[in-house]
Amino acid sequence: MEVHGWGRYPVTSAEILAPTDAASLNKLLSAKQHNSAIPRGAGRSYGDSSLSSRLLSSRFFDNFSELNTESMTVRCGSGISLNDILKICIPQGLFLPVLPGTKFVSVGGAIAADVHGKNHHLDGSFCDHLESFRIMLASGELLHCSRSENQDLFHGTCGGMGLTGMVVDATLKLINIKSTSISQQSLVAKNLQESFELLNNSDASKYSVAWLDCLSSGDSLGRSIIYLGEHGKERGKEQEEKLERDQHEILKHRAGRSLSIPFSTPSLLLNKYTMKAFNNTYYTFKVKEKAELNVNYDRYFFPLDGVKNWNRLYGGKGFLQYQFVLPTESAQPGIEKVLEKITSAGKGSFLSVLKKFGEANSNLLSFPKEGFTLTLDFKREKSLFPLLDELDEIVCEHAGRLYLAKDARMSAETFKSGYSKWEEFVELKNKYDPKNVFSSLQSDRIGLTD
Amino acid sequence: MKILIIGAASAIAKATARIYAEQGNDLFLLGRNEEALNGIADDLKVRGASSIGLACLDLTKSAQHESSIQQAIDEMDGLDIALICHGSLPNQEKAEVDFKLAKKEIDTNGLSVISLLTVLSEKLSQRKCGTIAVITSVAGDRGRQPNFVYGAAKSLVSTYLQGLRGKLRADQVHVIDIRPGLVDSPMTAHMEKGALWSSPERIASKIVQSIAKKKHTVYAPGYWRAIMFVVRLIPEVVFKRLKF
Ligand SMILES: Cc1cc2nc3c(=O)[nH]c(=O)nc-3n(C[C@H](O)[C@H](O)[C@H](O)COP(=O)(O)OP(=O)(O)OC[C@H]3O[C@@H](n4cnc5c(N)ncnc54)[C@H](O)[C@@H]3O)c2cc1C
Ligand SMILES: NC(=O)c1ccc[n+]([C@@H]2O[C@H](COP(=O)([O-])OP(=O)(O)OC[C@H]3O[C@@H](n4cnc5c(N)ncnc54)[C@H](OP(=O)(O)O)[C@@H]3O)[C@@H](O)[C@H]2O)c1
Repeated sequence: MEVHGWGRYPVTSAEILAPTDAASLNKLLSAKQHNSAIPRGAGRSYGDSSLSSRLLSSRFFDNFSELNTESMTVRCGSGISLNDILKICIPQGLFLPVLPGTKFVSVGGAIAADVHGKNHHLDGSFCDHLESFRIMLASGELLHCSRSENQDLFHGTCGGMGLTGMVVDATLKLINIKSTSISQQSLVAKNLQESFELLNNSDASKYSVAWLDCLSSGDSLGRSIIYLGEHGKERGKEQEEKLERDQHEILKHRAGRSLSIPFSTPSLLLNKYTMKAFNNTYYTFKVKEKAELNVNYDRYFFPLDGVKNWNRLYGGKGFLQYQFVLPTESAQPGIEKVLEKITSAGKGSFLSVLKKFGEANSNLLSFPKEGFTLTLDFKREKSLFPLLDELDEIVCEHAGRLYLAKDARMSAETFKSGYSKWEEFVELKNKYDPKNVFSSLQSDRIGLTD
Repeated sequence: MKILIIGAASAIAKATARIYAEQGNDLFLLGRNEEALNGIADDLKVRGASSIGLACLDLTKSAQHESSIQQAIDEMDGLDIALICHGSLPNQEKAEVDFKLAKKEIDTNGLSVISLLTVLSEKLSQRKCGTIAVITSVAGDRGRQPNFVYGAAKSLVSTYLQGLRGKLRADQVHVIDIRPGLVDSPMTAHMEKGALWSSPERIASKIVQSIAKKKHTVYAPGYWRAIMFVVRLIPEVVFKRLKF
């Protein structure tokens, strides 16, 4: 069957195996033909992280085992989506401590990419709130891992892109919330300098993110709108009910108008001009929006989930997302260079997001590290690849690295220059999967397996 | 509501049970794999079921149908909906030449269901209310070369349900025949998937809707009604040459 990631590039043909429990996964792994395989969650990684000739789908690992409201933990299968978890937690006043930009990722995928949210500067990434998990190794052995048990495997699997084995289930910590609303404040930054200043001054805000207008140049290069967010305060019953009614109205209204992209649109629709118009409108429209607002968590965290299959907007050839992080010292000049390079190449990014990261954790391949991260996306076309190679050079020169969950094309050199613990990871892999049963198109390309 | 799910480890059953659990119903699960049933019971509890019971049973053992169903009724203190989901998809080529295998498949997909229906009809008629829903298949609509052993067993059940529906009308017991098309579940793991395939979740929401609306024969998704209408119209002289 033809499969691809969220960016619809690359496309490869693969056999999809969907074990129903640990025993059937064990059977698949011990089958005679030692083909390589890679776990597959919800397929929300953009490039080739979850592609190989054999995919081990976690879709049937979708049971909850326990929601413990006292210890504030949830234990569930790796195929459960963050959306499923939110649905059962919220009625109990509980919430996930880290949320990526879409709620449709699986727990397994969130662990494997050690995903980050808009609160990384305060709370770290997904696996910093992971208590433990069970993983099935290539040998068929099922191991329990935590910070005190099989530690090396724990820190290799968190952020390890499915290369150490298949996570079967996991126990996650939750946080308390008093309201499902987020009180959002929006600030306007006229250029890149201001964008950085405002983000730096917002360290105390629980959530922060800047939407950059990546097509503006000259004096307004890097202008942005910054959204800060805090969990809503406890309200009286009446207020809570009113909010609930309002949200219901908004959702109803949005459901009526919500878009779905049923098939790939001709990519012409997303040429430079339409994009410029989009970014302009978005910027002017948003600037007029009320500076302080109570919004539903769904709208704050997952604005893109409102449009189903928006990845088809880029046309049949698909698109590439490009996300990198630069250390604090070199972030601003580096990002300026990147933006200039893109504008001068006449390429635009539909959505461009700037975030501030806090300290890195001790996982071997986790992406976040102290500094700033910029995310861009580009329609796939031939002329894009040389441009991205040039951006790689800028990123490497500024001691940065690219996010594996978004990548479809970086070279082994770029990877190794950014991830200083890659050799330690290869050692770990030799210990737990010496035959490289777990490998993806990506891991072969970047020199972790072959 | 008090809901009995038979063959509860099936992917379609699981997805359906989740919808009922989220609505806060009482559920009782019947199936043969204890470990799987325990996992599903925990899951349904977390998702909101107000109570969960289960019993393990190879469903071809019809001698135990009465006691298991009675256990469900006792534990839930009543029964509003019974949904029969178990089934197996035989290897047609083998089943055609090996009567023992064919018989086993007809037992699983056909006779075990008739036995369950016999018990359920009696229990629900006494109570003068309730719904019996059975998952059969579009394969029962016409015998086709690649799956007529399975199709024959499913049509046995569909025919039985047509009669039973009339019989139970007087007792206000409603009977629904649910005929899914191609569903991407463990049963069809080995098959190449295409545009006509649906997820177990999609079938599940159709099942819940149809039970609420007291439908009679339901195709899931609905477009299978049109497809099977056309398939039934093909003249036999042509049909016997078709290998699909
Ligand atoms: C709209 C959108 C917004 C996003 N925003 C963010 C964001 O804000 N922050 C962020 O960090 N990321 C973000 N992402 C990326 C996404 O969170 C990651 O790619 C995540 O890994 C996707 O999870 P998945 O379940 O879809 O996994 P897949 O894409 O299926 O797989 C991703 C990786 O996880 C591995 N994997 C999956 N399941 C398992 C398992 N059971 N055991 C072991 N390994 C497994 C795979 O082998 C693969 O290497 C975004 C993606 C989209 C589409
Ligand atoms: N998938 C399709 O394309 C499709 C299409 C039309 C109709 N259907 C029907 O839909 C129903 C559900 O199937 P599904 O797609 O959800 O497949 P599934 O996940 O494979 O479920 C089938 C279930 O039946 C159980 N079962 C089989 N024989 C049994 C026995 N003797 N005793 C107890 N349990 C038994 C299996 O138990 P174990 O877990 O222990 O094996 C399994 O849980 C079936 O009736 C099937 O015929 C399916």
